[in-house]
Amino acid sequence: MTDTPLPFLSVSDLSVEFRTRGGVVRALHDVSMHLAKGEILGVVGESGSGKSVTAYTVTGLLDAAGRIAGGRTVYDGIDLTGATEAQRRELRGGEISMIFQNPRAALNPIRAVGRQIEDVLREHASATRQNAKARAIEMLKRVKIVDPERRYHSYPFELSGGMCQRVMIAIALACRPRLLIADEPTTGLDVTTQKATMDLMTELARERDMAVLLITHDLGLAAQYCNRIVVMQTGRVVEAGAVRDLFTRPEHPYTKGLIAASPGPHSRLQDLTPATGETAATAAVSASRAVLEHMDGRPLLKVTDLVKEYPQSALVGGFASLLGRGKAAEEAPAAFRAVDGISFQVMPGESVGLVGESGCGKSTTSSMITRLLDLTSGSIEFDGEDIGAIPAKNFARLPQRRAIQMVFQDPTDSLNPRFSAFDAIADPLRRLDGMRGGAELRARVEELARQVGLPVDLLGRLPHQLSGGQKARVGIARAIAVKPRLLILDEPTSALDVSVQAVVLQLLDRLRRELGMAYIFVSHDLNVVRLLCERVIVMNRGRIVEEGEADAILRDPRDSYTRTLVQAIPHFDPEAMERSAAV
Amino acid sequence: MASFFKHLRYILTENPVTLVAGSLFMLFVLLAILGPAIAPYDHLASNGERTLQAPSWAHWFGTDQLGRDVLSRVIVATRLDLAIAAAAVALSFGIGSVLGAAAGFYGRWVDGVVGRISDTVMAFPLFVLAMGIVAALGNTVENIVYATAIINLPFYARVARAEVNIRRNAGFVQAARLSGNGDVRILLTQLYPNVLPPLMVQVSLNMGWAILNAAGLSFIGLGVRPPTAEWGIMVAEGATYIVSGEWWLALFPGAALMLAVFCFNLLGDGLRDLVDPLRRT
Repeated sequence: MTDTPLPFLSVSDLSVEFRTRGGVVRALHDVSMHLAKGEILGVVGESGSGKSVTAYTVTGLLDAAGRIAGGRTVYDGIDLTGATEAQRRELRGGEISMIFQNPRAALNPIRAVGRQIEDVLREHASATRQNAKARAIEMLKRVKIVDPERRYHSYPFELSGGMCQRVMIAIALACRPRLLIADEPTTGLDVTTQKATMDLMTELARERDMAVLLITHDLGLAAQYCNRIVVMQTGRVVEAGAVRDLFTRPEHPYTKGLIAASPGPHSRLQDLTPATGETAATAAVSASRAVLEHMDGRPLLKVTDLVKEYPQSALVGGFASLLGRGKAAEEAPAAFRAVDGISFQVMPGESVGLVGESGCGKSTTSSMITRLLDLTSGSIEFDGEDIGAIPAKNFARLPQRRAIQMVFQDPTDSLNPRFSAFDAIADPLRRLDGMRGGAELRARVEELARQVGLPVDLLGRLPHQLSGGQKARVGIARAIAVKPRLLILDEPTSALDVSVQAVVLQLLDRLRRELGMAYIFVSHDLNVVRLLCERVIVMNRGRIVEEGEADAILRDPRDSYTRTLVQAIPHFDPEAMERSAAV
Repeated sequence: MASFFKHLRYILTENPVTLVAGSLFMLFVLLAILGPAIAPYDHLASNGERTLQAPSWAHWFGTDQLGRDVLSRVIVATRLDLAIAAAAVALSFGIGSVLGAAAGFYGRWVDGVVGRISDTVMAFPLFVLAMGIVAALGNTVENIVYATAIINLPFYARVARAEVNIRRNAGFVQAARLSGNGDVRILLTQLYPNVLPPLMVQVSLNMGWAILNAAGLSFIGLGVRPPTAEWGIMVAEGATYIVSGEWWLALFPGAALMLAVFCFNLLGDGLRDLVDPLRRT
């Protein structure tokens, strides 16, 4: 395929500049790539690598501040860089289509999804008023939406994230484009949904001999679905090649690092980054210590029959209760059980993974354990004391508060935009340790910063002046500041690039050994959990479906749901590639 | 501090509108501070020989029915007008934002009570309210300030409520809870500072309205009384002479009023950029 003399889409020496406050910034440096008909090309890179800018330049949707400084893009013999806006509009949607990262944001919230598909069809004159509806329903059927006649009238908020993305695919493919650009199409979707979406997309692409430019940060995903991969770093293409060659013989050090940092089913924590010495040396010590502590016998945390119910009509707000209509809420239909009677234990110093897809109740569970949320029934015993009975409101003042801390999912969201890194880390020290400023406080905060590998001179910065990895470190430093005995990690790396994720995971592992904390690691990614946890609890729809040793579960999942979960994780699998190549 | 001025300079140079508004604002502040010191004549001294004179080199804005220099009176009035507006805005900002933040944070009945109070106040005409207050408490400048403050309260309460409401379950609020902060402390130290940028825009817009309100009230004879120099009164007094051709009596204080309102309306965006940490690099 790659030998075609004239590539379908060719980007040659493309440079793009952005006008910013700090002067002109060059986002792309001489980027070249080509795409043949029917080929799926993966563009892989971390945030800031310029992969999205490339896609936006091709479709001509570049931000007003951006400017093409050099190079050209040619699509099927048409020079896109020189095309007028009218020409580009004709190509967009009709010939070139795009799927965006957040399907919910990309769909018009106040228009039925069927109508949105019709809009595209009518715009590009591939349907008339009479047959548009039938065509739209047919498209919905093509993207495997159940009951398409009824869903035609649905609004985006009535559909799940996966269904929204399918609608997006339907819109993108409605006019039979010959080039599809998918910009992180499955970010934010569950692994099983991701698999379904990607399978559907590649199937449709193959069927129509459509070229796909798949932009992703996930090497595993690119490996599984693409023919060739282009690796980008800070606006440059560092390596390009067929998937197999790239994975088996990566040439550029950045590609090597990226492959190593992506956790697969067999990778070990210390392999994620080039050995620093520190990790390898202490690993043996930790193992023996962890075992010793487990022998103790008395669990640090014991959760029994934990239940959390939410009333069905959450819309009854302050107004109704003010008018004495509170009764209406009580009469609402059966409550929704987010967490449905789960029991488990955590030993001191142990690391337990809590795995499941969105809506399985893992976040609700962790909120209840951290006592940010009141439980409906059941008990949470921490160190022999029932803390579940204490209202969340009063917990802030109790001594146990300092023993249970948490690292949040989104490092940006979990740092107050008006607090400097120093203030963020100092907050728990001031409140829980009664440190009232001065040299003592500064010394402790600097010690914590060193512990998590945050340069001390960055402490004065506000969150938006820090990178994602640095923000994650601030969040971790804040959580360990008061020396908790149980640390809950709520997907602490899901918002981070893989290379940063690797470093943060190693950091968390080192801290656990140094400080003897117990971890509850909440995540949707079994591969990541396996790296950090000895034991895994798999949750589905508010219940625990499987529990056991991490490696054993990944190798040999017993529950059917766990099996689906394990199989859905995309990764580079040479055998699977051969099988699909044979077909 | 140095970085603050650097940031200020950036904001002013980046957006010419902000620069214009900022310069106008500085001019008004200077006039308010210096006031009588730079006025060419005594703003209260009447001169029987020079009544109702058209603008000339001696009297740029002309003279009024008592022979007082209109320019001097417009300059001196700046201080009073800005002071009334600033005091009223400060009052409604302080009370409104705290009430609104509490409503957004606690929800339930607090939200209900604050919400209904705002609705009631918003439905109340300013002039009726001011007349009521003046009738009950006496015709003083302070009461005009209170009336203006009460009328503007709902705007702050609503903005603060909305801004707090979208952040009340943000990660950093949860993190603050884990750090042992109670509700009140979270509201004051974590949430409230984040509400300031949008409130700043509100303050600026509101300053314009407050100046208009104060002038409007004195136009109908509430609050400030002659012979005090105040834009609203000057327009009111000058209005009677417009029919006989003495246009300068009402025009110049009216123009000052308009410029001041205009300046504060433009200033909003610049002010937001100044207090929003995300714009700072």
